[in-house]
Amino acid sequence: MNVVITRKDLEKIDHCLNKMMSSSFAHFVLLADRSGQLIAHQGQSPDVDTLSLAALTAANFGATAEIARLLGEEEFTLLFHKGRSENVYFSAVGEHTILVTLFDDKTSLGLIRLKIGQIIDELSTIMASIFEKGGKKS
Amino acid sequence: MPFINFSKDEIQCKIVYYGPGFCGKTTNLQYIHSATEDKTRGKMVSIDTKGDRTLFFDLLSMNLGKIRGMDIRVQLYTVPGQVHYDATRKLVLKGVDGVVFVADSLKVQRKKNIESLINLAKNLAEKGISIRAIPLVIQYNKRDLDGSDSEILALEILEKDLNSMLKVPSFPGSAVKGTGVFETLREISKLVVKDVSRKIMMMDKQQLRVSEGETTGG
Repeated sequence: MNVVITRKDLEKIDHCLNKMMSSSFAHFVLLADRSGQLIAHQGQSPDVDTLSLAALTAANFGATAEIARLLGEEEFTLLFHKGRSENVYFSAVGEHTILVTLFDDKTSLGLIRLKIGQIIDELSTIMASIFEKGGKKS
Repeated sequence: MPFINFSKDEIQCKIVYYGPGFCGKTTNLQYIHSATEDKTRGKMVSIDTKGDRTLFFDLLSMNLGKIRGMDIRVQLYTVPGQVHYDATRKLVLKGVDGVVFVADSLKVQRKKNIESLINLAKNLAEKGISIRAIPLVIQYNKRDLDGSDSEILALEILEKDLNSMLKVPSFPGSAVKGTGVFETLREISKLVVKDVSRKIMMMDKQQLRVSEGETTGG
C-alpha cells in the first residue's frame, strides 16, 4: 500500500520535531520509516547525508531487533551511540517509524531522553493515522 | 510501498537487486554510480566485509525525473546473496516496490540461481507480496565470460530455468563492463513508476481530496 504524507501531516510532524529540538538542545532530528524511507528532518547538520542516514537507521534497528529476538526480547525500543563530539539517539516511534536525534556536549543524554519521551506519544499518533490512511495497520 | 509526499511533491520508491552470492548485484550499483552525474544520484553506501561480500546492503539513491509534477526518487538496494543471510534479505525487502533479479550465467551457479529465485518468492510471500504481482526484471549477468575458460549457460537455458513461469522482461548483461545495466534499470524503473501511478489512480480520490482540502483549507 501507499504511504501518503500531506502538507498538513508534515506540518504536524515538523511542529513535533521542532518542539523536541528546541527544548532538548539537540541540533538535528530525523524521522524515517522502518524500510529506510526518509519522512522528515529538522535542524542544522549540513554534512549529514539524510537519505543514507535514514536507510542506515532502519538497518540498524532491524539488526538490533534480531539481536533482541535472539535474547528473547520483543524489541529494543531505543539505541544510543556515543561519539567523541557527536552522539546519536534512536527511538522507535510506534510500529512503523524511528526518530533519530543528533546532539553534542551542549546538552545531556538525560534531557534528550526526557524530551523525546514527552513527544513520542504525539508523534506516534500522527504517524499511526498516516499509515492507517495508507491501508497499513498501525 | 511508495512514499508519496505531497508537501515536497516527491514520490520515494524502493528497488531491490536480488540474486545469489557473487552474481554482481553490487557491481550493478557501482556501475550505475560511476556512470551517472552527481546531480541525479546520491552517495553510494555499502556495508560489506573485507572479502567484498555484501554484509547488509548497498544503497544508491537516484532521481528519475517527474510524473504528474512529482519528483520520483528511487532507492536502489542490494541484498547479501549468501544463503545464511536470509534474515538480512528479509529486512532489506521491507517496503520494496520493485525487484531486479540478477542471475549468474556461470554454469556452476545454475542451481544457486534457482534457489535464490525461490528464496525471493518465499520472502516476498511472507510480506504478502506475490512474485507474479510485483514489478520484476531479470538480468543474466556475466555474459562477457562467453568464450572464456569459464563455462556459461546459454540464454535459452537461463530463460527456461528462471523465467518460463514468470515471463518478465529479461536482459543479458555484464555489470563489470556496464552492458545491460542501464537497460535493466530503465525497465525496472518504468515498471515501478507505472505501478506507482496505477496505485495513485486507484487511491481513494475522495480521501485525497479531503486530505488536501484539510491542508489548504486549514
